[in-house]
Amino acid sequence: MTAPLLRIENLGKRFGGFIALDGINLDVAPGERLGLIGPNGSGKSTLVNCLCGTLTNETGSVHFEGRPMNGLLAHQRTHLGMARSFQLPRPFHTLTVAQNIRVPLLYTVKTRPDVTLTEEGLDERCHEMLRLVSLEHKARKMPRDLTQVEMRKLELARAMAAEPKLLIADEAMAGLSSSEVKDIVALLIRMNERGVTIILIEHIMAAVMSFSQRLVVLVSGKKIGDGDPNEVIRDPEVERAYLGQ
Amino acid sequence: MRTPVFFLVSLAVGLALFFIARQYGNDYIFFAGYTVLQFIVLATAWNILGGYCGYVNFGSAAFFAMGAYTTVALTKFPNFANRYLPESIAWLAQGITYMPIPVFMLLGGLIAGLVGLGTGYLTLRLRGVFFAIATLALAVVLQTLIVNWDYVGGSRGAYVIRPATVPLIGNYVEYLFLLMMVLSVIALTVARGIERSQLGYGFATIRDDELAAEASGVPTLRLKLVATTLSGAFMGMAGAPFPYYIGFLEPSSAFGLAYAVNSIAMPMIGGTTSWVGPLLGAVLLGSLQQYATVTISSAVSLLVVGLLLVGFVIIAPNGIVGLFQKFVRHKEEPEIPLHDPAEETP
Repeated sequence: MTAPLLRIENLGKRFGGFIALDGINLDVAPGERLGLIGPNGSGKSTLVNCLCGTLTNETGSVHFEGRPMNGLLAHQRTHLGMARSFQLPRPFHTLTVAQNIRVPLLYTVKTRPDVTLTEEGLDERCHEMLRLVSLEHKARKMPRDLTQVEMRKLELARAMAAEPKLLIADEAMAGLSSSEVKDIVALLIRMNERGVTIILIEHIMAAVMSFSQRLVVLVSGKKIGDGDPNEVIRDPEVERAYLGQ
Repeated sequence: MRTPVFFLVSLAVGLALFFIARQYGNDYIFFAGYTVLQFIVLATAWNILGGYCGYVNFGSAAFFAMGAYTTVALTKFPNFANRYLPESIAWLAQGITYMPIPVFMLLGGLIAGLVGLGTGYLTLRLRGVFFAIATLALAVVLQTLIVNWDYVGGSRGAYVIRPATVPLIGNYVEYLFLLMMVLSVIALTVARGIERSQLGYGFATIRDDELAAEASGVPTLRLKLVATTLSGAFMGMAGAPFPYYIGFLEPSSAFGLAYAVNSIAMPMIGGTTSWVGPLLGAVLLGSLQQYATVTISSAVSLLVVGLLLVGFVIIAPNGIVGLFQKFVRHKEEPEIPLHDPAEETP
């Protein structure tokens, strides 16, 4: 069996008296497409924030490629190959679309010892990312000129520009139409085919089911389901807690 | 234009202005010009932290005063050494007696830069208004310390005797003008260099969204320290020759409201996203203030700043540069009307 890319052991986080994460254990294999679902307040975003270093977990540990992540800052985790997209797109609004993509190339890819990036190389990679998300024609536009779905694509492209081994997409399809959702799912699958492990956090079940090879369910900070998506959604506990009676 | 070429061209322009001003044989041009140049440095330094990173610093006067008081402290050191130190180490004082102003500027910049680094370190987790209040508190704390520090004159103030002439250049005020002009060129070159570098991208991401910046791999905390240090150092360097310019330094003049207000207002009026903004703002406001000071009164000069600031906040919130960029955008992409007037029925 291959070693997990990401190992979460007994992860716990509290906000005052509220237990947001209660002893989460999870292994994610390299190249896997993992769906993470749960009702509002179940701890999905808190888990992402703890994984990415935005929040500090109080108990447990996170290992990425066997390396402990506890104590590392968010940008250090990005340098190691862990990238995320945000629930609400957070573009750098004073930079153009192409410049948005340039930031992770400059601050993450270029800092890797085995990478030498010339100005032309930077431009080339930048356009490659924009081609991947079909935004090449908007390279010189400002983020305010993008539509909602284009903004989501920019968010994913920026995360992908850091050349991550693991991409955590936090509700990348919220507020999109069904055709736009299909567009993003196809995009995420294309990204996975490039060898990137993806954790997709999503409420849109059709998207989760078509994307995920494995499904994890969180409820009230606890993991209540983990396995094949078709089996997990039929689990009575999952149905009761998340999908309704 | 490459950075070294920009530096040389700017220096050539500065020197040309210096020699043109010299033709008039009027000291006032250099007195007024020095103030405008000093504000170019202050506004550019403020903009490195406030404009590029989005961290508003209300304590510019403190960094400026730190540079000024570094000069006072070093100028007074020979007397202090002769009086209180053993003769075996009093020779140190002789070295300081002959220290030229550029060395004072470097030391003032170093000390203000270190205080900037310390301030940045202590306020790393503060954002927005909380950071602004912390910098204001720094100014108050430093002013209180200076007022109670007898060695640099305390609340009484300190005299610094300006030599009448300087070798090669002659008039001392012209020498001070020349120094401040070179410092302005350096500050503008550094600001422009930052803007076009990886550091500039990093600063812009901090200004736009710190969380997203971290997620993109930008070491935001380290970059903020770089910005606070650089900004503080330039403000300190701008303050270092001030005692020689004014001749008598007291806390109320070094920590004056005018420095804090002007170093914020000038980039705001010029535009904060580019090095050109602080330059335009400082030249416009600095010249207007000098004009108001000699034609109306010095009290009115600060009123000019206030009125212009209010006007620009309403008419051009992104400053002169923003207004220009908007104009260029409109030229490139004419606004598409919401409906086609041809379709309207009579």
